[in-house]
Amino acid sequence: MTSPVFEPWNDPEAKPLIEFQNVTKRFGSFTAIDDLTIGIYEKEFFALLGPSGCGKTTLMRMLAGFETPTEGAIFLAGQDMAPVPPNKRATNMMFQSYALFPHLSIWDNIAFGLKRESMPKPDIEARVDEMLRLTRMEKFARRKPHQISGGQRQRVALARSLAKHPKLLLLDEPLGALDKKLRQDTQFELMDIQEKTGTTFVIVTHDQEEAMTVASRVAVMDNGKIIQVSTPDRIYENPNSVYVADFIGEVNIIDGTVTPNGPDSYSVAWKDGQPPLNVISPTAFSDGQSCHLAIRPEKVTINAEKPADVDNVVQGKILDIAYLGNISTYHVELPSGVVIKAQSANTRRISRRAFTWEDTVWLSWTATAGVLLAN
Amino acid sequence: MTRMSWFNTVSLTLGFAFLYVPMLILVIFSFNDGKLVTVWAGFSTRWYGELMQNEAFLDAAWVTIKVAVASSTIATVLGTMAAYVLVRGGRFMGRTLFSGMIYAPLVMPEVITGLSLLLLFIGIGLDRGVLTIILAHTTFSMCYVSVVVSSRLMTFDRSLEEAALDLGCSAAQAFRLVTLPIIAPAVISGWLLAFTLSLDDLVIASFTSGPAATTLPIKIYSAVRLGVSPEINALSTIMIAIVTIGVITASLANKRQMVRQQRDEQSAVRS
Repeated sequence: MTSPVFEPWNDPEAKPLIEFQNVTKRFGSFTAIDDLTIGIYEKEFFALLGPSGCGKTTLMRMLAGFETPTEGAIFLAGQDMAPVPPNKRATNMMFQSYALFPHLSIWDNIAFGLKRESMPKPDIEARVDEMLRLTRMEKFARRKPHQISGGQRQRVALARSLAKHPKLLLLDEPLGALDKKLRQDTQFELMDIQEKTGTTFVIVTHDQEEAMTVASRVAVMDNGKIIQVSTPDRIYENPNSVYVADFIGEVNIIDGTVTPNGPDSYSVAWKDGQPPLNVISPTAFSDGQSCHLAIRPEKVTINAEKPADVDNVVQGKILDIAYLGNISTYHVELPSGVVIKAQSANTRRISRRAFTWEDTVWLSWTATAGVLLAN
Repeated sequence: MTRMSWFNTVSLTLGFAFLYVPMLILVIFSFNDGKLVTVWAGFSTRWYGELMQNEAFLDAAWVTIKVAVASSTIATVLGTMAAYVLVRGGRFMGRTLFSGMIYAPLVMPEVITGLSLLLLFIGIGLDRGVLTIILAHTTFSMCYVSVVVSSRLMTFDRSLEEAALDLGCSAAQAFRLVTLPIIAPAVISGWLLAFTLSLDDLVIASFTSGPAATTLPIKIYSAVRLGVSPEINALSTIMIAIVTIGVITASLANKRQMVRQQRDEQSAVRS
């Protein structure tokens, strides 16, 4: 039995939980959000990814109600959110600083929101205990926020923001303050909790690995605009622009001009004296159009001898080796001066490594390895 | 520990001597058994006992305490409100002017403040007494409160208030349940500062008090003009004690808050 694929964005019948319609937000003369339209579906784990200052936090603060759009409208479950103040919204937010109330115990922090809606006392107690169990913080209920560790504080902040059963949970760089190891564990924990509670999560982050790990869809933002929205694998494998390709992971960008030479097949002229590169691209390009070929380093194979029967092969000299333990990245300088990065898994011990600095090597990749981009 | 150089020792001694020798002499002679203020005649607490019998002084002390409690309480409420608006209100028309005007009384000569208040009270036909002194003291001490509270608010993490709103608080609830408990130490030390300022004020009180109500500093001042009595030494010693306790409590409250904040920050960094 196969479980149905969760892809409401491909279903024309599905109605998004959150809709941004031509939303623009200006602070004085600075445009933080520029005519943005997007839908986020129920039960999605949606990541807003971008460098600082790209408007992702503003977008989130508009959902929480701390900012109002200058133009356009935001709908939550079909309701226009403009006149609704933050305390009347079915959204809750987990703050980057966690914003735990220092004068209240962990228990009271989690109960804070429930007490505001005049819930009967036994119900509050039951809900707080449930949240403490969910985040595995039962033992710390009576402590104050400064008596627990950063990772525990992060979990309390999550419990507090989930306690009120929000339709939408906003997470502002929730793992930014944690070290890498703890962050990775917490990412899986977050996904687990999201699945268990079935709440729609919107996460803001500048960490592309984090976005790729947790999200069902990722929106890459730049200068107040969404450049691409897609699933993590499509964002990585089929970026729609050099910006996205460059922002997510490592990439080699080769500039050139295309000549069609078959169905979906193109040859790219790039440097003088080098044979043209063969590329298969589902996107159509016209003859003589300038283009950028984006190739991920792990899709470039490095060989000591010239491989036979490959679509693309170039020769170069190893300039630098970045040894990361599990993998190594080789920076290979071609005779034309272009540096191409190739990655390979270190399946053998380092003392037996085949290549070293200044070695002449051959780089090869298939016609489908790269993505041809117009801009 | 390193030894202090002789230069530092001398400057420290000189400095402290200038500050505290006069007060020390006053305190010592308040325990003098003799009637002459400047001749030591053995230890005794007799002047403290006599002070307790002196109706005029006790009345003045009672007025002083009433005025100090009332004016510092009103000043704390007003000063905290002003600080909150200045720090949180964002940019509004005349904000710079408003903040400048809040702090101006800090540097205003007391004589001018006193005189202008006197003119105001006469102008509106308010009889001078306890009420007018309370109003006057509120006026000059609320700016001290707002300085103390606004410096605390500036380091206050804004997202705490946003979290309260996000969790369903109205703006007023967020202030009462989150902001106020967290800034409470600063508010308390503001209150204590206002209290001590009111307690030892002579100039403004002398402009705004009437025959019906005299504060202790005025009483002492006028008594001294008829000659210093050991009774006044005793009274002054008590006042020094009260003021010292007030100032120490205020700074301890602030210090404890700072230590707690630092500890929180350190544990946040560690984890």
